[in-house]
Amino acid sequence: MNKFVLENLHVKYSDGVEALKGVSLEIPAKSITVLFGPAGGGKSTLLRTLNRLNDLSDVTEVSGRVAMFNSDSSATDLLNPRLDVIALRRRVAMVFARPIVLPMTIRENLTYGLTLAGERSTIRLHEAVERSLQQAALWDEVKDRLDEPAISLSGGQQQRLCLARSLALDPEVILLDEPTSGLDPISTTKVEASLQEIKMNYTVILVPHSIQQAARTADQAAFILQGQLIEQADGKELFLNPRDKRTQDYIEGRFG
Amino acid sequence: MASTTKTNSARRNSIQTIGFSGLTLLAILTVLPILFIVVYIFVKGISAISVEFLTGFPSNGMRSGGIWPAILGTVLLTFGTAICAVPIGIAAAIYLSEYAPDNRWTRLIRISIVNLAGIPSVVYGLFGLGIFVLSLQMGTSILAASLTLGIMTLPVVISTSEEALRAVPQSFRVVSRSLGGTQWQAIRRIVLPQSVSGILTGVILGLERAAGETAPILFTGAAFYLPTLPSSALDETMALPYHLYVISTQVPGMPSDIQFGTALVLLVLVLGLNLLATIIRSRARRRRMW
Amino acid sequence: MEVFITSAIKVAGYSAILFVLAIFVFLLTEGLPAIREVSLSVLLSQRWYPIEGYYGILPLLFGTLLVTIGAALIAVPVGVGTAIYIAEVSPRWAREILKPLVEIMAGVPSVVLGFIGIIVLASTLRQVLSLPTGLTAFAGSLLLGAISIPTIVSVAEDALDAVPRSYRDAALALGATRWQTIWKVTLPAARSGVITAVMLGIGRAIGETMTVMMVTGNAPVMPTGLSSLFEPARTMTATIAAEMGEVATDSTHYHVLFLIGIILFLISLSVNLTASAVLLRQRKRTERILS
Repeated sequence: MNKFVLENLHVKYSDGVEALKGVSLEIPAKSITVLFGPAGGGKSTLLRTLNRLNDLSDVTEVSGRVAMFNSDSSATDLLNPRLDVIALRRRVAMVFARPIVLPMTIRENLTYGLTLAGERSTIRLHEAVERSLQQAALWDEVKDRLDEPAISLSGGQQQRLCLARSLALDPEVILLDEPTSGLDPISTTKVEASLQEIKMNYTVILVPHSIQQAARTADQAAFILQGQLIEQADGKELFLNPRDKRTQDYIEGRFG
Repeated sequence: MASTTKTNSARRNSIQTIGFSGLTLLAILTVLPILFIVVYIFVKGISAISVEFLTGFPSNGMRSGGIWPAILGTVLLTFGTAICAVPIGIAAAIYLSEYAPDNRWTRLIRISIVNLAGIPSVVYGLFGLGIFVLSLQMGTSILAASLTLGIMTLPVVISTSEEALRAVPQSFRVVSRSLGGTQWQAIRRIVLPQSVSGILTGVILGLERAAGETAPILFTGAAFYLPTLPSSALDETMALPYHLYVISTQVPGMPSDIQFGTALVLLVLVLGLNLLATIIRSRARRRRMW
Repeated sequence: MEVFITSAIKVAGYSAILFVLAIFVFLLTEGLPAIREVSLSVLLSQRWYPIEGYYGILPLLFGTLLVTIGAALIAVPVGVGTAIYIAEVSPRWAREILKPLVEIMAGVPSVVLGFIGIIVLASTLRQVLSLPTGLTAFAGSLLLGAISIPTIVSVAEDALDAVPRSYRDAALALGATRWQTIWKVTLPAARSGVITAVMLGIGRAIGETMTVMMVTGNAPVMPTGLSSLFEPARTMTATIAAEMGEVATDSTHYHVLFLIGIILFLISLSVNLTASAVLLRQRKRTERILS
């Protein structure tokens, strides 16, 4: 079952750069889809289309079709200019490349999104804190220091806190844009392990920070080069037997 | 050949030594007067300071007694200025830092702010006299003077507050939006709390200037001498800077300790605000969570 | 709710334009009648004696010019030199002392400077230079210099600080001394910022009121040259401050004082417009270089 279907998606920035040049892609629900390729190829732009965060940057032209399927299998048109983007972002959460913890306590970071949505119940807020920390494999490390400033955590813990913060909203989709690029190998392993848990209940779309990570985590993989989708396949298949010469060259490290 | 290079470089070094000494001298020239003024006023004025001086009314044609009405007046005017300038100033700073598109109109706003900051204070006095005192019939009053000082202080409040707001990392705003927040929620819950001490610093620096100004209140609210304290915002008031002007130019036979005492109180008030701003700024830097 | 807040913020954002316009329009409505009531030949005469209907503003204009030139001669070298010292030469500890002191200097109320001017400066000048009175244009220039120095120092120092470290390193690597680097590389690179600093400093001096009113002796006489520095003078700002309190509303005198206000407004407008244009051009160039 697909969560997203993209057809012929074009995205252009105000400086004339066309970041995406007609991408068509199907993203299945409740699995990890990896978008990989050299830097500047449009992967982040694609992610930010799915939660309309591109609205905040100077994107001037978007065309094509992007549909998100709801639990009742109806579809939402994500390019609809009148779409309620606030509601969308609660359903499609995002983790950024650097751990951006908000300048408040660990607990407040986790409840921030829910209180924005008007949640007042301390019981429900605390449930969300514990559940999301468990999911991000951080609960044991921070359960006794929830009211300390989030900045006091180590870099790896901070990034898992950011993951937990997204999960606290109980979204349907988690977008991760090179979430481990600044982390040490141990933290990276922890994040990857929790992604394997999370995908049981959420649709995960990951821009990996290395081909190795792509190969390790992907259920589905899509190779994106200069704004175009080169090929998409079942994860292991794409890395073992790439059909396109460019994919093969990239995987073997001949460029990028 | 080698020896020419050597003398050449020796010459260059001595030029540099002379040049640097000259620059040092200029820097000393900059700070000596201020050191002199502060110390001189302190030494000559401290003997005049007493409880009666700070809490009493002027008597004997201001040649004896205290300066309480002037102190109170300056405090009232400073509060009035804050009430007029702070809400508009912070709102304008939020507009410029968070909402304003990069276009012609925004540039016009910025140019206006720069010009507002450059208008001579006595011209603000003229404006205040014409519009608040006469046209809007407030009379010479605390209200008219506060509004005049408020407009004069506005550019300081706007530019320092905008700087404080911009110092909050852009990524916090993006994260807040990505968690399903509106633009205002990001401002209200993250940007403003994180910049509050910077904004406060700017506001205090603006008020510091307003507290020491004389020209804008000359014809809008400052009184030469009043036997009673003001009872409403529509009354005139005495004010420290104007009082110092009066007793150092308009009253013959003025005892110098009262003059220096008044100057000292004004200086302490103004520099106290400056110190307060510095303390808030440095404490905020140390406690910053990013 | 959010719509309401956002619109209130937007209105406040545009308020600065509104205030500048309001001030200018208001000065015009109150000041322009003076041109109808007083003939141009009188306005441009050399005699200011309003009680008898002499409204010659030239002595005031030149009084301001004289005092300001004197202030600039003092403040520009001292201010720019201090900025260079702080930004390029001084050891860290000296900077930590100098910067707050300059800030304090900017905060000292002008009436306090005027007071010191009367008590200390004027009598010293009278004795040292054996003048009939110490309350002269020169006393005004000295104090206005002190008032504009903090502006010049802080703006110029920002400009010098903004010159990329790599420029200096490159010059030093080529064997230039630090002194040569300052003059041949850093100062030229910060040129427009330093010019802006000087302009803003002079702008402050032109607009300053209380200090000059207290120490220049307030005689509206036409200066004849730089030697007039050592005679009493009177500026436009001091004239407004000294006389506005005693004129009848809507009288000719009242209108002429507003006319002087218009002149001051236009001077500050042109100083600040030029300064921000210089800064804007500089910023564009820096952006081009850095991008």
